[in-house]
Parts: sequence; C-alpha cells; structure tokens
Amino acid sequence: MIEWIVQHIFEKYNYWISIVLMLIGFYAMIAKENLLKKLIGLSIFQTAIFLFYVSLSDVGTGWGLRFGTAPIVWEHGIHEGYMYVNPLPHVLMLTGIVVAAATLAVALALVIRLYEEYGTIEEEEIMEKEMEIERGT
Amino acid sequence: MLPIEQFPVLVVAISLLSALTILLAGAINKKSCFFISLATITFQFILSLFILRHVLTVGTIHYWLGGWRPPWGIEYVVDVLNAYVLIIVLFLSLLAAIYSKRSVEHEIGARKLPTFYTLFQILVTGIVGVVVTGDMFNLYVFLEIASLAGYALIAAAGGRALRASYNYLILGALGICFYLLAIAFLYSVTGTLNMADLRVLLPDLYANKAVQTAFVFAFIGLGIKCAFFPLHTWQPDAYTYAPSAISVIISTAMAKASIYALIRVIFSVFTVDFITLFAPIFKIICWMAAIAMIFGSIVAIAQFDLKRMLAYSSIANIGYIMLGVGLSTSTTLGLTPALMHILNHALMKGCLFMAACAFIYKADLWDIRGFVGLGRKMPYTCFAFLLAALSMIGLPPSVGFVTKLYLILAALEAGEYLFVAVIFFSTLLMIVYFWHIVELMYIRVEEGGEKEIRVAEAPMSMFIPGLVLAVLCFIVGIIWLIGTPLPLMDAINSGFGLGVVP
Repeated sequence: MIEWIVQHIFEKYNYWISIVLMLIGFYAMIAKENLLKKLIGLSIFQTAIFLFYVSLSDVGTGWGLRFGTAPIVWEHGIHEGYMYVNPLPHVLMLTGIVVAAATLAVALALVIRLYEEYGTIEEEEIMEKEMEIERGT
Repeated sequence: MLPIEQFPVLVVAISLLSALTILLAGAINKKSCFFISLATITFQFILSLFILRHVLTVGTIHYWLGGWRPPWGIEYVVDVLNAYVLIIVLFLSLLAAIYSKRSVEHEIGARKLPTFYTLFQILVTGIVGVVVTGDMFNLYVFLEIASLAGYALIAAAGGRALRASYNYLILGALGICFYLLAIAFLYSVTGTLNMADLRVLLPDLYANKAVQTAFVFAFIGLGIKCAFFPLHTWQPDAYTYAPSAISVIISTAMAKASIYALIRVIFSVFTVDFITLFAPIFKIICWMAAIAMIFGSIVAIAQFDLKRMLAYSSIANIGYIMLGVGLSTSTTLGLTPALMHILNHALMKGCLFMAACAFIYKADLWDIRGFVGLGRKMPYTCFAFLLAALSMIGLPPSVGFVTKLYLILAALEAGEYLFVAVIFFSTLLMIVYFWHIVELMYIRVEEGGEKEIRVAEAPMSMFIPGLVLAVLCFIVGIIWLIGTPLPLMDAINSGFGLGVVP
C-alpha cells in the first residue's frame, strides 16, 4: 500500500501538480464572472499543460538520486549511463508558450475594448448594459 | 514541368508572405490591400486545382519541410480528402474576399483596411495550414493561428461583437488546450507526432488508457472548434455580430476546416478499428447530431434576426454532417454523405450569409419582420437568397436534396429508421423558417404601400458572389446526382477502411 502511494503519488508529484493546476484554471474559466479572472484561469490552464509536457520528458527517479541532463553528444559519443532529458517536448512548449502569449494578448486587448465600451469588466453588468442598449434603440 | 510536390507548402507560405506584404503596402496605399489579398487567394485557389489534379492522377503528395524525414520533421501530406477540402475552403475564401471589398469599408472604416486584410490573410493561412498538414502539433499551431485571427476579426465590428468574440476566445482556447493535452498523451505513449506514423504505431496500444483519454480530449477539443451540438454555445453570437465578410468566411471555410480536422483525427489517426473496439462513440454522435438537427431548427424558427437564424441553422447543418460521420461505419456509403455536406453546406450557407449581410449593408435590415417587399427592391440578392433557401429545404436537384437523399439512404441501410424521421422532421422545420422569409420578401404587400422599404440593389461585388454560389447550389447538385465525383469519395472511404460493412 505504502509502496503504491510512493510510486504513484510522491514519485510522480509533478503530474499531480499539473492536474491540480489544470483544474484550478478550468474552474476559474467556467465559474468566475470577472473577465480578467477568466483570463487568469486560462493562463493557469495553459501553464499546467506546459508543465505536463515538460514532465513527460523527464527521466530518472525524481528523488534527487539520478537526474537526466542536457542531451549533448560528446566527441567520443555518448558514454555509458548517460541519462538525458528528451528535448522535443521542451521545443514543442516553446511554440506553445508563444501561442499562449498571443492568445492572452488578443484576449487582453478585447477586455480593454470591452472596458472602453461598457465601463466594467464584470460579465453580468456588461450583459445588463447590452440589454439596456437594445431596449433603448 | 511544374514542381507540384512543392505546392502544399507554397500554398501556405505565399499566404503568410502576403499577409506581411499587405501590412507594408497598406502604409503606402490603403486601396492596394484588397487587391493583394484577392490576387493571393486567387493564386492559392489555382494552386489547389493543380494539387487536386496531381493527387487524382499521380497520388498523394508528401512534402518534408526542410528535408527532414517524417517521424522527426514536419510533413505536409495532401491526399484526396485534403485536396477536396482545400478547394472548398479556398473557393469560399476567394468569394468572401471579393465580397469584403465594399462591406469592410462600410463596417470597419477605410482607416483600418490594412490591419483587416492582414488578419484576413492570416486567417486564410491558418485555415489552409490546417488542411494541408500531416503533423498533429502543426495542426494545433495552424488551428490557433486561424482562431486568433478569427477572434480579432470578429471583434473588429465593435459593440456586441466584443463580448461574442471574448466568449469565442475563452471556449476556443479551452478546446485547443484539450487538443494539446490529447497530443501530450499520444506523444507520451508513442513518441511521435506524425499522423501517418501514429496510425502505424497506435494499433498495439489501443487498450492503453492514455490513448483512450487522448481520443476523448481530441474529440471534445475539436468538437468545440466546429460547434458540434452541446459545445456550440459560442457560435450564434460570433456569427451574428461579426462583420459581413467574416461571417461568411467563418461560417464556411473555418467551420469546414475544423470539421475536416475532426474527421482526420477520428479516421486517420485513431482509425475505425479503435473506435469500434474501444470507444463506441458513433451511436452517441448520431444521437447528438439528431438532437442538433432538431434543436438548431426549432431555435432558428424563434429568431427575428436573420444572421442569428442562419447561425442556428448552421448548428443543425453541422448535425447533418456529424450524422453522416456517425452512420459511416454501418453503411456501404461510408463517409460520402458527410463529405458531400461539407461542400454543400459551405455553398448554401455562404450564399445565405452573403444575402443577409447585403440586406444589412444596404438598408440596415437585420430583422426579418422588416423584409416586406424586399424581393422587388433588391431582385438579384433576394433571388440568390431564394435559390439557397430552396436548396436548404431540399428542392431537387439542389445540393440540399442530394445530402438529404444520401443521408436517408445511409440511415435506411443502417436500419436506423428513427434518423430518417429526424431528417424529415428537421426539413419540415426548415421549410417553416425559410418560407416565412420568402413569403415576406415576395408575397406579402404592406397596406398603403408607403411603408415598404426603399432600397436599391446591393453593389455588384456583393451580389455576384452570392449569385455564383446560388447557381452552384444547383449545378453541384446535378453533378452529385450524375455521380461524377463519387469515385473520389470511394477513394477517401477506402483509405479510411470504410464503405465495407462487416
């Protein structure tokens, strides 16, 4: 039992953290009324996915005993017992970070425009004002 | 001798280059933006015709970016399905570009023309990229490029469009994040991102929980992007408040590219074997599609805003396509009805949105109750609308009729008589809401006569694309009925292992 816990929870703590972060972000995106808080949720969600990818490339036991290092090919080839981290997920996440930053930039620009238009960033209040404008015309 | 093997990458690269050119040229001459964009999309469309001919005569095109071999490098693959969808999306982008000339100046203002056309071209780049790529992660990147340009373009209309765009952004980003998570699961078990490679490596791992989770995430993520029934909530607002040309391109090219991505991931990466053995989801897709067809049509009846009505009608039509997908394994027709409707719906909905936006452009008419006598004031636009509406209802030999015929044949062959009833019922509902508009436009006369609206015909660049699409609705319908493109569909089906009932 204890072995199971150690194996599935403590040794894989990075995955658990990413799942918890993902759920926090997801909750904020769905439940929060404030438009900026929704975006913060989106950001947390995306970051959690980056963490998940980076965790995938990790090797070693995770207890500080044997860690993977940078994947470098030496002049005389790779020596025995050389553990290296898979670089591909990191590269993918560089693209992912760029995409996330772009999404966030567009979203923030939208929030600014919404604030200029309605003077608030609470979703309920914006909807009320939209109703008022509709009735007025 | 043309280097046709290089065309898939050219079609994307030219578009991206053009987007930057527009931004620079726009600083000197604002009028030039439209022409650069139009020339680029025309060129892309011609390239896509060459690609289709090459794919049909020689075979699938594989292009390795930078010369890196597939499992490591990014690969662009164009087979019959890609080439077919590529032509559809580029043709509709071309018409939307022509259509945009007058409407953009009117809605967004001449000052913002360079930005608008830059984003428009980036949107086209993203859509084309989604269609030609053969790499899971590259698909994600292009989907995000197209979506980001789409969010900004929807918001360009200002006012109500801002919140519509924001909601689309939140849901769209969530959907794309799910898809990214699906890629993570697939990569963690196979170590590859190439679709063809995944197809080879996955069968041994079908029982693996990570693969099954990946399928669920990918399905839901892409389902949000193509507004499949319970995930459609962003769609009506976004279609309604977007600028005219953007309503046209998003409801046709962008929606079709998302559905293509979904079909590609379901049938090409996961294959039919996986779904029948481990994720028996086709039954659920059929039921959701049936609900979408009825729900979309009923809500459409209750709308007075024409664009919003068309948006709900789109939800019903996505239901038709997904019903075709859901029935694909249990009939010898395979994916044929679904693929047919991808083209057919693009033609019909493109025409309807063009007409609806022309009414707004000329007379600020979005409420169908004000349409009395419109058929006499804007004869060409209304005629295009009438033809597309008749096609939507399913008048033979229009494209709408062909889709319904094939879907009914597929449902009968699968023994799902209930879905036949659903198709008939939703057709009935479509007659209700389209007839209401046609009656107002052509038949009803307001007492006194003075209350009838006074408008002139829409400008040439706005009604010609609509008329072209309206006429194509019937020509393409006849071509389907003659059966010329059916070998093409059979080739796609056999590539996916469909069309043979076990």
